[in-house]
Amino acid sequence: MARAFQASGAPEALESLSAHEMEVLDAIVGRLIPTDANGPGAVEAGAARYIDRALAGALSPTREAYRSGLAALDRYAQSSRGKTFKELSPTDQDSVLIDVETGAATGFTGSSAAFFAMVLNHTHQGTFGDPYYGGNRDFAGWDLIGYPGVRTMVSPTDQRTLEAHQLKSNHKSAYDYGTFTKSSARLSADAGGDRQA
Amino acid sequence: MANRLKDTDVVIVGLGAAGGVAALPLAQAGIEVVGLEAGTWLTRKDFAPDELRNNVRGWPQSVQKANQEIPTSRPNASSPSAPRGTVHPMQNSVGGTTLHYWGQSWRLNPWDFKVVSETTRRYGASRIPKGSTVEDWPFDYDELEAYYDKVEYGVGVSGQAGNVDGRIDPRGNPFEAPRRRGYPMPPLRWTEFIEKMAGSAKSLGFHPFPGPAAVNSRSYQNRSPCMYHGFCNRGGCHVDAKNSTMVTTIPRAQATGRLKVVTRAHVTTIEVDANGQVAGVNYLTDGVEYFQPAKVVLVAGYTYENVRLLLLSKSKAFPNGLSNNHGQVGRHYFSHNMLAGVSALFPSNTSSWYGLPAQGVAVDDWADDNFDHSGLDFIGGGNLWVYSDRRPIGAAGMSTFGRAPAWGSAWKAFIKENADRSNTAYIQKTTLPYEDNYIDLDPVVKDPLGFPVCRVTAEFKENERRVSLFTQGKMEQWYREAGAVAIQRAPVGGAMGISTHAYGGTRMGDNPATNVVDRWGLSHEAPNLGVLGASTMGTSGAHNPTLTVQALAWRTAEHLAKNWNRISNRRS
Repeated sequence: MARAFQASGAPEALESLSAHEMEVLDAIVGRLIPTDANGPGAVEAGAARYIDRALAGALSPTREAYRSGLAALDRYAQSSRGKTFKELSPTDQDSVLIDVETGAATGFTGSSAAFFAMVLNHTHQGTFGDPYYGGNRDFAGWDLIGYPGVRTMVSPTDQRTLEAHQLKSNHKSAYDYGTFTKSSARLSADAGGDRQA
Repeated sequence: MANRLKDTDVVIVGLGAAGGVAALPLAQAGIEVVGLEAGTWLTRKDFAPDELRNNVRGWPQSVQKANQEIPTSRPNASSPSAPRGTVHPMQNSVGGTTLHYWGQSWRLNPWDFKVVSETTRRYGASRIPKGSTVEDWPFDYDELEAYYDKVEYGVGVSGQAGNVDGRIDPRGNPFEAPRRRGYPMPPLRWTEFIEKMAGSAKSLGFHPFPGPAAVNSRSYQNRSPCMYHGFCNRGGCHVDAKNSTMVTTIPRAQATGRLKVVTRAHVTTIEVDANGQVAGVNYLTDGVEYFQPAKVVLVAGYTYENVRLLLLSKSKAFPNGLSNNHGQVGRHYFSHNMLAGVSALFPSNTSSWYGLPAQGVAVDDWADDNFDHSGLDFIGGGNLWVYSDRRPIGAAGMSTFGRAPAWGSAWKAFIKENADRSNTAYIQKTTLPYEDNYIDLDPVVKDPLGFPVCRVTAEFKENERRVSLFTQGKMEQWYREAGAVAIQRAPVGGAMGISTHAYGGTRMGDNPATNVVDRWGLSHEAPNLGVLGASTMGTSGAHNPTLTVQALAWRTAEHLAKNWNRISNRRS
């Protein structure tokens, strides 16, 4: 899975996570939204890259939770299944993740379930959020759920076309429209707003 | 020492839904107004269609004053406070939360003004829930009708009238009170799904109708019609089709030359003189303190801000907070029960990606006292609201209705098929005030300036739970009639927590022993102080508060203008 991630573009410098943390995270998101018969998943969408970037900005308060949670998950995989998370088979990875999701996994600071819920939430953000933030690469997430793309105007004809299942995705991000201020630039000074502004 | 500014006639604290409206009739009457706003101006460029930023991270409302003073909350006085949220949904900016609200612009029902007397007349006094402090409003619907009309035309509301001067129009709400004329704009368009839901409501004998919205369905006042792009919910409008006060009443008030807008003005206290009269307000901008003297002060923040500002403004005349010598500031608090919705899964797409939450179909058959409660164990009811609003991250977070796990290949197959097949109804329900639901200042938690934040102590009581269960049942019936294959009811809720529909705390009424402001919204104890906003409302009804807040603000401002010499003629 990590190979697919790298194959889809030139390797990019990580902004928050270590290379090992990124590998573990990419393996996790690849099980949360797997690549399968229904098409690309969170790996192709770049959900882990989104999280890495966001941890240097809007999600920075969760940076420590990722550091300790990813390490705990890998330790738990080793102690309970005999291999690091990345080395496990997809089936064993899923069984580890079920333990983490249900709070049964040991060795976490606080509840492993809280860590799981956070990662799943951020994986959704990185798969289905605007591509401007580094995830949803090639609109993989929006195509999966049939969202036809950001529009600034939806005419009655567009709506009827959507209702007839004929509205094609325009594959546009909010910021493909030049009219909008990028992120929270104007207020970022007092906001702790998005670093990428 | 604060920098003393030039005197003005009226200072308005907060230029949002209420203050932004009140400025207009005052300025038009020749009164000089200074509008102090904690936030800034925002423009169309700021309103990007970006779900991550607007809905997930809470921009731009996350960066403002309200966000630094999020109240603590607990269900009752013997419980610990719940952890505070990090993003307050209310916004400080010129136009306030009207920039990103849903824009639903409902009138209250006549029953909401007379809950005590009407309940007593129809069912007997014993039907008023035990412990409730509800009172009749000091006036009835007819008194406010003229102001509803002024706001509907002044800011622009689209909708379908159901009762013009007593003539019922079946296309509109047959339960609405008489209005003098129809809406200035036709309703927002419907989608195929909404049409289907309306048809199903009719099959059940319900009376469906399009909801009223402060969103242009056609060009109005030289502003664009709605583009239905799907980012209205928690987002500002990129074509100014949402009728926030920023694009309607505030610029018109400025055009008179008598409204001075001061942004980034964080009001800390209201000053009281030796005679117990209000003298002006203190505010901070970039750490510099200013004193704005005024003949009349109108407090027009959100409910929590209004209550807090009065409680923080202590003086010799008002040692427990301004206008609080009867201990009523913070009392009679309640909020709409925004939980207790119903979700449905349909066997085909609802095509809801592009729309807005004010675009939908309502049923009022089970709202207020529109139905006979003789055999029921509660009073009040709920407005059933089915609307068109969906964005990708939110869609991915939908319930799987027990049909799939929350992740993995099975989830992915589920979401691929069903992302556009769910609908969640919003049921706006009656909530009453109770003696043990209140706001005070938190004894521990402070904002970055060192002032205590509000503490909300409030829970939904038995009447509210029964209203929730009853209206959920009606909603489920409606969804099933429309072909839903799965239904999920949200819990009916215990703790109120903090809310975007917060009421009371500075209640309006004739009795100074139980109300902070009089029938005109002016303080019983400091008559040159007025309070605008839902903090003055004693009942919520089963409909969104903003239009009523704006009608009340217009009425207070007009009263002030008509009686200016008497009210502004301070003794000092």
